[in-house]
Amino acid sequence: MDVAGQHDLQSRHYQDAGLVVMRDLFEQHNGLQARRQFLKTSGMGLGVTALASLLPQNSAAQSAFHHTPRAKHVIFLFMAGAPSQIDLFDYKPQLGKLFKEPLPESISMGQRVTAMTKGKTQLVAPSKYQFHRQGENGIWMCELFPHLSKKADDLCIINSMHTNAINHDPAKTFICTGSEIPGKASMGAWLSYGLGSMNRDLPDFIVLTSAYWTGGTRNVQALYSRLWGSGFLPSKHQGAAFQTSGDPVLFLSNPNGIDRDVRRRMLDALGQVNQKHFAEIGDPEIQTTVAQQEMAFRMQASVPELTDVSGEPQHVVDLYGPEVQKNGSFARNCLLARRMVERGVRFVQIFHRGWDHHTILPKQLPGQCFDVDQPSAALLTDLKQNGLLDDTLVVFAGEFGRTVYCQGKLERDDYGRDHHPRCFSAWMAGGGIKGGISYGQTDEFSYNVVQDPVAVRDLHATILHQLGVDHKKLVFPFQGLDQRLTGVEPAQVVNGILA
Amino acid sequence: MKVILLAIGILAMSIDCSAQQTVNFNRDIRPILSDLCFQCHGPSGHDRQAELRLDRADGPDGAYRTLDESYAIKPGSISDSALWYRINADEDEVMPPADSAKRPLTANEKAIIKRWIEEGAQYADFWAFVPPQKPDTPTVKNGEWSQFPIDRFVLRRLEAEGLKPKQQADRRTLIRRLSLDLTGLPPTRREIRSFLSDTSADSYERLVDRLLDKPQYGEHMAKYWLDLVRFADTNGIHHDHYREMTPYRDWVIRAFNQNLPYDQFATYQLAGDLYSEPTHDQLIASGFNRLHLIIDRGTALPEESFTRNVVDRVTAVGTAFLGLTVQCAVCHDHKYDPITTKDFYQLFAFFNNLDGTPETGGRSGTDFQRGLQPPYVSLASESQQAKLEELQQRVDEVKQEISRIEQQVNEAGDESVKSTIEEKLQQAKQELEKRQGERQTFEATIPVAMVMKEKADPRPAHILRRGAYDNPGEQVERDSPAFLPPMKNKGGIRTRMDLADWFMSDEHPLTARVAVNRFWQQLFGVGIVKTSEDFGVQGDWPSHPDLLDHLAASFIESGWDVKALLKQIVMSATYQQASEATPDEFEKDPENRLLSRGSRFRMDSEVIRDQLLATSGLLNGDLYGKSVKPPQPAGLWTAVSMPSSYPREFKSDTGEKVYRRSVYTFWKRGMPPPQMTILNAPSREVCIARRERTNTPLQALLLMNELEYLKAARHLAHETVANRTLTPADRLAAVYETITSKLPDTDETEDFLKMVADLESIYRDNTQLAEQLCEGVELHEGVSMAELAAWTLLVSTIYNLDITKTRG
Repeated sequence: MDVAGQHDLQSRHYQDAGLVVMRDLFEQHNGLQARRQFLKTSGMGLGVTALASLLPQNSAAQSAFHHTPRAKHVIFLFMAGAPSQIDLFDYKPQLGKLFKEPLPESISMGQRVTAMTKGKTQLVAPSKYQFHRQGENGIWMCELFPHLSKKADDLCIINSMHTNAINHDPAKTFICTGSEIPGKASMGAWLSYGLGSMNRDLPDFIVLTSAYWTGGTRNVQALYSRLWGSGFLPSKHQGAAFQTSGDPVLFLSNPNGIDRDVRRRMLDALGQVNQKHFAEIGDPEIQTTVAQQEMAFRMQASVPELTDVSGEPQHVVDLYGPEVQKNGSFARNCLLARRMVERGVRFVQIFHRGWDHHTILPKQLPGQCFDVDQPSAALLTDLKQNGLLDDTLVVFAGEFGRTVYCQGKLERDDYGRDHHPRCFSAWMAGGGIKGGISYGQTDEFSYNVVQDPVAVRDLHATILHQLGVDHKKLVFPFQGLDQRLTGVEPAQVVNGILA
Repeated sequence: MKVILLAIGILAMSIDCSAQQTVNFNRDIRPILSDLCFQCHGPSGHDRQAELRLDRADGPDGAYRTLDESYAIKPGSISDSALWYRINADEDEVMPPADSAKRPLTANEKAIIKRWIEEGAQYADFWAFVPPQKPDTPTVKNGEWSQFPIDRFVLRRLEAEGLKPKQQADRRTLIRRLSLDLTGLPPTRREIRSFLSDTSADSYERLVDRLLDKPQYGEHMAKYWLDLVRFADTNGIHHDHYREMTPYRDWVIRAFNQNLPYDQFATYQLAGDLYSEPTHDQLIASGFNRLHLIIDRGTALPEESFTRNVVDRVTAVGTAFLGLTVQCAVCHDHKYDPITTKDFYQLFAFFNNLDGTPETGGRSGTDFQRGLQPPYVSLASESQQAKLEELQQRVDEVKQEISRIEQQVNEAGDESVKSTIEEKLQQAKQELEKRQGERQTFEATIPVAMVMKEKADPRPAHILRRGAYDNPGEQVERDSPAFLPPMKNKGGIRTRMDLADWFMSDEHPLTARVAVNRFWQQLFGVGIVKTSEDFGVQGDWPSHPDLLDHLAASFIESGWDVKALLKQIVMSATYQQASEATPDEFEKDPENRLLSRGSRFRMDSEVIRDQLLATSGLLNGDLYGKSVKPPQPAGLWTAVSMPSSYPREFKSDTGEKVYRRSVYTFWKRGMPPPQMTILNAPSREVCIARRERTNTPLQALLLMNELEYLKAARHLAHETVANRTLTPADRLAAVYETITSKLPDTDETEDFLKMVADLESIYRDNTQLAEQLCEGVELHEGVSMAELAAWTLLVSTIYNLDITKTRG
């Protein structure tokens, strides 16, 4: 039974019309999969007949996918705090003439605002940054992204993203889980659940968070483990948040005084007695426990191997810039993401906070851009060099955009921007996405989407689509509803950006 | 393949049933229609297609209606029923439509629908919305097994399936099972001995009574309740600041220990503040309405947060007391259950009148530091109150003094006089600061409870169109959902107390069922209704409907006596069955829904940790009080906190506090303790009626490597090897019995002692390694480091056994 077979079984849960009691099956599956893992890896336990009954027959005939996938992995660079699309992506040169002019009501149209700018006048703050045409197609790139600018031909910049929530917490929860209300499953959890594992020794979904900010920590917003949680899905699908200090995976290392030989000796005795109890009690869950203890032992070797970058050639390390030397930097996390994808991790989500530039934006933004520019460009180069970019969808997005009107002090080179859900920008690369294009348009104020709107659920549908999954069919019954990542509102795959 | 076989197995089971009896609409038909048809042909008028609803028979759009002279369903005739045609039609006409996300009906489902129509297409009211009637105790073939009604209901089902119950579990298993289930702690060796040597006929029953009387019972019961109501120590949004709700937790523990009848337990929480002269307990309990997430001031608009809070509050009531997903009706009529948006906002109207702001207060002031948000009540004792008044008086005195001196400054003409007086003023101001500080410090030691409090004038409530806070529609009055029994009309505006009375009335079909099902779930691992959070149409059909109604009806009859209910269940032969079975039996019924054996399930994170503390001898049994912070890996909080989150950085407690039971562990919603969440504890952001149970490598790592857990193992190892009179086999037996409540047999003894010998020799050869493991330990006389190291690993191994983390 190879790991691919695991997809078959899972996919059947939502594909096979014959299953009436899906709920029961989903829950049993968890133990079942571990059991099969166990059978596969240890060769202990059940006899041949029982073994056969546990494995899908004609598994090769079943496809895990709803259609041919274009990508196998996703690296989601999540810019928590909401980067300013006007200053970074959505080029509006004509705004310079409207400096300090009030935003026309015909544009704002009674838009909800936050408590921070409620009742205040809305004066236009043009971006102080230069944009240049880059790459073969000449897409507009901001001067704060000198390295990414060189990757313009790989980038698909979407300027017509929009969302519902106007505050960070619900908006982040929405983009990460498809719902503003806590309790739903996150993107990576859905993919782990729907597509299963491509590797034996590592989690399907890994989360990395930055611990360094060149521009300071003033705008660093809180995160919540729900953003990578499994919600109603079995918790084995939740993101494993790697720690930037101490063990990358919690409780991974043997404590002082226990080395690998001691641990092996302990596990041998433990396994032996557990097996004896299985023979007496009969509950296959005992075998799952044994299998997971053995998996834990393997992870004690595989995870340090993963996070040890000392074997990376210097020219690769150099790609990511000087910050890569710091464990916990965005740069290091990008390098780790490539190593994870290489080792078969399905979904990597990197959280870089600090984009919440309500005031003194020009003072804060360059540092943030410095943090992400070279590393994310390097990630694309590195993936491509290793032949991984075709299989790996890289997504760069925040939770919403920022207002064209100023919050706080307004000068040509000093201004701030409030939250703005009606439009924001994201980019995608690799994984069957068209490079060198910009998609969607906003009005002259970067306020409303006027062409090719892309809702967050459309982004979700597109990501799933590239991985061979029909977002309408990836469902899980919970609280009486067939839950899906894209929710109940209609969602569209953004066909215009597919290669 | 196994999954498929199993599916067919379970399906076959229900069809077998119906082959003997007639088709049961609720059991056999409604789930099919609900899953596949109701989204467009169900209770929600919003997207209803073809003016047809299949959730009821009558009415202009009911299933028996005709359209263009064609029946949707014609009782008795499949050929005249459009439904039958459509579910069998080709791609262009088939239902559910080929391009919908719904799957087509299976052959089995079609067969059962065919029979149902041919037998007359009888509809029935949804079972969970009809009040439970106490059913007759069934007759069974094997009358010898047990006289208890519970057992008769279970046996009837077993006999129908051709199964037999297991024999009673051995006495070591029984005392372990009972102790873990009722107190969340394993029995001590002394308790085991005393139970084994007690041969009287009622020894088991007396054990049950003893356990129910222990204060640890309340702590254990509280753990489940706190998941259900999402109790936590932080606000859960934005900065995720500290919130102080611990008096509520203490009250829950006390209420279970005092066996407060469940109807009062619920009423205190729904409406404790509305008693004419509420006691402290009633006020504290009303804090149930304050357990929702709270956002910080200055981010979202207050109106939006206000609505969000009320929806959260009503959702909690829905999950905890109704067992329904009422929140689905925030934006639109429920797609499956007959809950309309109007129903939802009528409930909303009971909970929208909090006399307080919807956001946290500002950062300054003692409220913020103490994690409080008005309204709250001080729970000061008389002496505390007196001391507080005295300290306040000392503050007031200096204040008066200051204003007197200020007067003098104004009146003083001479500059030198003026400067002397000003010096006095400075001193007085310093004194004021000091006294205010004293007062604050003392006040902070007085427990305070956040409570529910009504504003004098009820806020009007409106249906919010699409759930948007700024899009109010029709105004609604406080009332119960229309599909449930009506509330009594007492005249005047209905209150939460009226709502509580309605919940607790005998005619209410859900309250008792939902409650007894959760208690059952606690004791068997799975509820009679598996979806204990959803008794609606999309919830699971009960495995034993009559048993559920029997329990619900006798629960009400008993005066909602929780201890009596639990006792009734654990006294049953069903509960006392052995949990050993063949792998085949486990495969056929992995969750033991048929109850043909004792249940076996992995214990919750709290029970696993508490067992470790108790058996190693480290447990601090103090009851009640503020939350404590046992150590956790560094950096977890700072990785998610904001620079000004309060608290931002995790600072572990020290000393005895870190050994308190896990129910007292500090719960940061944004990053709950990993020792808990890795073992499926929820984040406490939303109400959870049942925890999931997984088995993962991260759990294996936790139980092997958590430093506190290893220290506990070392502690027990050290105490054990210190007794030099015992042979290694005796020591092993003592440790094994302490942890697992069992004695090791010869094989286990041999395996483990061999391991100890091997490890002892490894550690003897590698003294540095042994030193590391024994760091900080002052060795007892005669104990070598290698010996302690090897025995520590042995104890840790026993803690990692599957049987140790499993309640069997």
